[in-house]
Amino acid sequence: MSQIETFYEVMRKQGITRRSFMKYCSLTASALGLGPSFVPQIAHAMETKPRTPVIWVNGLECTCCSESFIRGAHPLAKDVVLSMISLDYSETLMAAAGHHAEAALEETIEKYKGNYILAVEGNPPLNEDGMFCIVGGKPFVEQLKHAAQHAKAVISWGACASYGCVQAAKPNPTQATPVHKVITDKPIIKVPGCPPIAEVMTGVITYMLTFDRLPELDRQGRPAMFYGQRIHDKCYRRPHFDAGQFVEHWDDDNARKGFCLYKMGCKGPTTYNACSTVRWNEGVSFPIQSGHGCIGCSEDGFWDQGSFYNRVTDLTQFGIEANADKIGMTAAGVVGAGVAAHAAVSALKAAQRKTQDKKEEA
Amino acid sequence: MADQSIHTPNMEVEPLEASRLTGDATAQDIDSIRRRTSVFVYEWPVRLWHWINALCIMVLIGTGWFIASPLPTMTFAEATHQFVMGYIRFGHFAAAQILTVGFFARIYWAFVGNHHAKQLFYVPILNKRWWKEVVFELKWYLFLEAEPKKYVGHNPLAQIAMFFFMTLGITFMILTGWALYAEGAQAGSLSHNVMGWLIGWVGNTQILHSVHHLGMWFIVIFMIIHIYAAIREDILSRQSMVSTMISGTRTFKDDRPE
Repeated sequence: MSQIETFYEVMRKQGITRRSFMKYCSLTASALGLGPSFVPQIAHAMETKPRTPVIWVNGLECTCCSESFIRGAHPLAKDVVLSMISLDYSETLMAAAGHHAEAALEETIEKYKGNYILAVEGNPPLNEDGMFCIVGGKPFVEQLKHAAQHAKAVISWGACASYGCVQAAKPNPTQATPVHKVITDKPIIKVPGCPPIAEVMTGVITYMLTFDRLPELDRQGRPAMFYGQRIHDKCYRRPHFDAGQFVEHWDDDNARKGFCLYKMGCKGPTTYNACSTVRWNEGVSFPIQSGHGCIGCSEDGFWDQGSFYNRVTDLTQFGIEANADKIGMTAAGVVGAGVAAHAAVSALKAAQRKTQDKKEEA
Repeated sequence: MADQSIHTPNMEVEPLEASRLTGDATAQDIDSIRRRTSVFVYEWPVRLWHWINALCIMVLIGTGWFIASPLPTMTFAEATHQFVMGYIRFGHFAAAQILTVGFFARIYWAFVGNHHAKQLFYVPILNKRWWKEVVFELKWYLFLEAEPKKYVGHNPLAQIAMFFFMTLGITFMILTGWALYAEGAQAGSLSHNVMGWLIGWVGNTQILHSVHHLGMWFIVIFMIIHIYAAIREDILSRQSMVSTMISGTRTFKDDRPE
């Protein structure tokens, strides 16, 4: 293993100064929510540890995770992590193609057995023996299982790998299945989002490479540091929510004033992600800031929660236009009508009996 | 008047002398009084819980409605000094906490209270006679029985409704409601420690919003049936209904044995 370079050596080779390196370490520490005392720890780990190889495989996906990743706000993080990854295996980004690419994958697996991290973008479709996604002439599910067999840990990039995303939306004809339901014997970290935020992706990889362990995960297996809070909890429009000031139509004055998008179906109150704090494109903006509600892309089955523009979910089991209120009102209406009819019959019966009693008395 | 009676009035005793002599009570009234019986059913904690629970449910339905479909936007102050949605949510959470505490207190009272305090929490499905009485009560509601029976606590049909709508319904609303509250309270809070598992299990909490919302309608349907049945029985049955939940005493209108 001595021939494997350390992170620091790789960075220096790329012409990064020690000063920039230390900057990167402190930025990473704060991005991960760690105190200043962790900066030297990160620096030390990067200087001394041989880098951990990463194999990046792609299943049913749209490559938006990769697109997001290469747009990391801190160029250092992107360059360093990315170049380290592309050295090994990433279909989209590596130079090799065809048999060379597949050979590179095999070589990496052989060379770093039990030491590499498997990053999965997209998910395997299981229907028709996995024929809906072919990589290197074989179903993707086979490559995934093969690569996962000797992996130290698995990263599920994006909504596809974590939950299934659009290809797994009902009725899911290809039976697209999230990674954790196919690979069950490895530690899996989910980094959902469509795509996930670049800084979240580099942050997770850096944490794992530096500390040699998974970051703290929440109940759904997502890194708690980025997915611990809802968009709603840190939304800069939250004061308008509490005040009861909402955008009522897309083009109304309230929209121009930047009121809360709750009534426009914003899924911020049910979406766990770092968009409202880290934001996108080097912190420029995020969906709510640009005037559109959150669609909840980092949540399980977000395509199956009805329209993006309704707060009360459509329940299509009861007809195309149904939701909880329409179903409830219909049911309550039927019961109410039944009660009214019952009351009428009861009154008639009682009146009838009274008349009979009177007749008997007479 | 019926032939059989569960007690024999002392005909030599003349009740309500003052009322009789001042012209308030008639001879028919006295005859009726001789035949009326009553039994104490609901102890004060049960009655108090019933009305607090009813009040909380009213508040929860109202505020819950405006959480899902907020009031029209209003601006009468700067956002910082305006708390319309905040107060609505506060009302919802406050009522929910009272309802939760009340429900636990009610469960406690099922253990320490009298026999009738337990009836809300079970359905005696193994009792064959009970099933027969369910059928009888169904027939009464379908106008197939001329006269209802007398019951001390809940009639069998009412017991089924109470168990499914209230015991199970309220439990469902408390569980889903506290899981939703835990989202705002966040990891590390008491509600998240207790109910966070449901957030994890459901996955997308938008589903939790939907089922909690459907649960509200479930309770509304119960309310319609419950209030109608209580008033109807109060008028048409042989016993008191509405006043029983105020005084705790069930009054029977006749003294026949069944």
